[in-house]
Amino acid sequence: MSKSSISEPTRGFKWIAAILVAFYSLVTIMPLLWIVATGFKSSADSIAYPPKITFQPSLEGYVNLFTTQTRQTKEFMAANPPKNWYEEIVHSKGMVIAGPSRFGERFLNSTIIGFGSTFLSVLLGTMAAYAFSRFRVPLKDDLLFFILSTRMMPPIAVAIPIFLMFRAVGLSDTHAGMILLYTAVNLSLSVWLLKGFIDEIPREYEEAALIDGYTRFQAFYKVVLPQAATGIASTAIFCLIFAWNEYAFAVLLTSGTAQTAPPFIPTIIGVAGQDWPAMAAGATIFLLPVMVFTILLRRHLLRGITFGAVRK
Amino acid sequence: MANGIIERAAKLTPAPFARKIKGLSDRAIAWIFITPTIIILLAVNIFPLIWTIWLSFTNFKANRPNADVKWIGLRNYERILTDSDIWLTMQATAHFLIWTLVLQVLIGFALAWLINQKFKGNDLWTTIIVLPMMLSPAVVGNFWTFLYQPQIGLFNYVFAFLTQSDPTSFSMIGDVALAPWSIVIVDTWMWTPFVMLICLAGLRSIPDYIYEAAECDRASKWRQFWTITVPMVLPFLMLAVLFRGIENFKMFDLVVQLTGGGPGSTTELTSINLKREAFEKWRTGYSSAYAIILFVTVFGLASIYVKALNKVKER
Repeated sequence: MSKSSISEPTRGFKWIAAILVAFYSLVTIMPLLWIVATGFKSSADSIAYPPKITFQPSLEGYVNLFTTQTRQTKEFMAANPPKNWYEEIVHSKGMVIAGPSRFGERFLNSTIIGFGSTFLSVLLGTMAAYAFSRFRVPLKDDLLFFILSTRMMPPIAVAIPIFLMFRAVGLSDTHAGMILLYTAVNLSLSVWLLKGFIDEIPREYEEAALIDGYTRFQAFYKVVLPQAATGIASTAIFCLIFAWNEYAFAVLLTSGTAQTAPPFIPTIIGVAGQDWPAMAAGATIFLLPVMVFTILLRRHLLRGITFGAVRK
Repeated sequence: MANGIIERAAKLTPAPFARKIKGLSDRAIAWIFITPTIIILLAVNIFPLIWTIWLSFTNFKANRPNADVKWIGLRNYERILTDSDIWLTMQATAHFLIWTLVLQVLIGFALAWLINQKFKGNDLWTTIIVLPMMLSPAVVGNFWTFLYQPQIGLFNYVFAFLTQSDPTSFSMIGDVALAPWSIVIVDTWMWTPFVMLICLAGLRSIPDYIYEAAECDRASKWRQFWTITVPMVLPFLMLAVLFRGIENFKMFDLVVQLTGGGPGSTTELTSINLKREAFEKWRTGYSSAYAIILFVTVFGLASIYVKALNKVKER
């Protein structure tokens, strides 16, 4: 930008703006840093007053998160010395590990349901978006609006009949049921986003391919798909994040086999009162992938969260 | 053999005909591509919606599927609209909705305006600011209960330190007066970046030459701000308010984990209240009517709002 540009603010003002924004971002990230830190505290440190900023790091929270423990007699403890580092942590509290906790299972469920529904909603979404973008579809605008409007309903409102429906066809608390449900919820996002991305690909490429003797379908997957790869990838990440974070349907429709992590994490309770380090460890493991994706996605973030309404 | 002939025919015919010979017609492809999406949405969204409408006229209870289902007409709707408890939850929702929108618009716009001053390193700060936005609301609500703990919580400690009060003297989620604010604070922390990002896009869409022209006319900076910046960002801001408004009207996960609707029912937003009626009291017919009322409200408000938004855009 040239120096003479009038809209350029003065240097002093830039400094003030930078300091204010930096201050806000530090305030905003404090809670997140605090949770990550709490995950590495011992239970005594986590409830210390005043809150501890420096502390002896401990993996107690993570061990508690992944295991279930029971109290044992002194004789039993003496007869069974700890075999490795995590057993030692548990032993030092006068407990032994009884087995793995449910957290791993719930985390795996989140992964299966997340990826399954993402794959389906992106696959179907790409197809529908291509058709909406390139062909004259009767009632196109109405159909697109109908697809978007499915997102306006409060999840609890739809949950009642879905609960009944799943119970009737035996889909309650199954992976397939949750994948189907999340696919349906994500379809509106994926169709709208991908239509925007495909609209941006010039039609000339496909027309050239059609003249070269490609069929429409070949032109679609050999010409359009590679061009839309970035758009498809970012749409997929948005769908994945949604399915990963979803709570309302998960808590109402799953209870055991297909329960995902969000309804599970708040139920992590220690043996003596709330086990904050274990809860924080669970939150850290669960939230970290999303933070990484957010940073990777930052260029497309705006587009994703507004269903493609704001592009920039 | 046959393939070769078709190939040659395809090459000789003009493009639109060639398509009909080779592979499926465009129209067939269009329908094949759209149908699965429509079927899934019909099955998982529209069919349940119709079912809800039907249930809302009955006294069905999902925990007693074999009991007699009676058609009771509009009685459910009547009962809801005259129930004073529901008006209380509507008030709680309105408080939450209005304050989150006001705070997020003010802070989000201010941040966007500051970031748009193009200082060095603004990319880094922006990335940090947007982090809370994509996180799981339920997990966020859960860990904020820890930050809000009266003695050990970070929030209470910092707040008490700044105001020189006793951190054990107040409980954000336990106090009837403070609880409605505790959910406003967390939602604002989480979603201000959303408004900020949209405002930033708006600010960046204003071409420099408009300011230059204003400068030539000797308009003051203050005047430029109110006559150029604000009106040009307004459509973006209104879009942000639409998204946040719909989302917060439906708000469930964050608040249910943070306060569970308590203490008493001070933070019992409509979705939480609805969940209680539907999945704890199992008044399925009644809550179906409730769900329909909510849906019609969101839909109605949103469409009025979109009309206003379009008017602003046209100006």
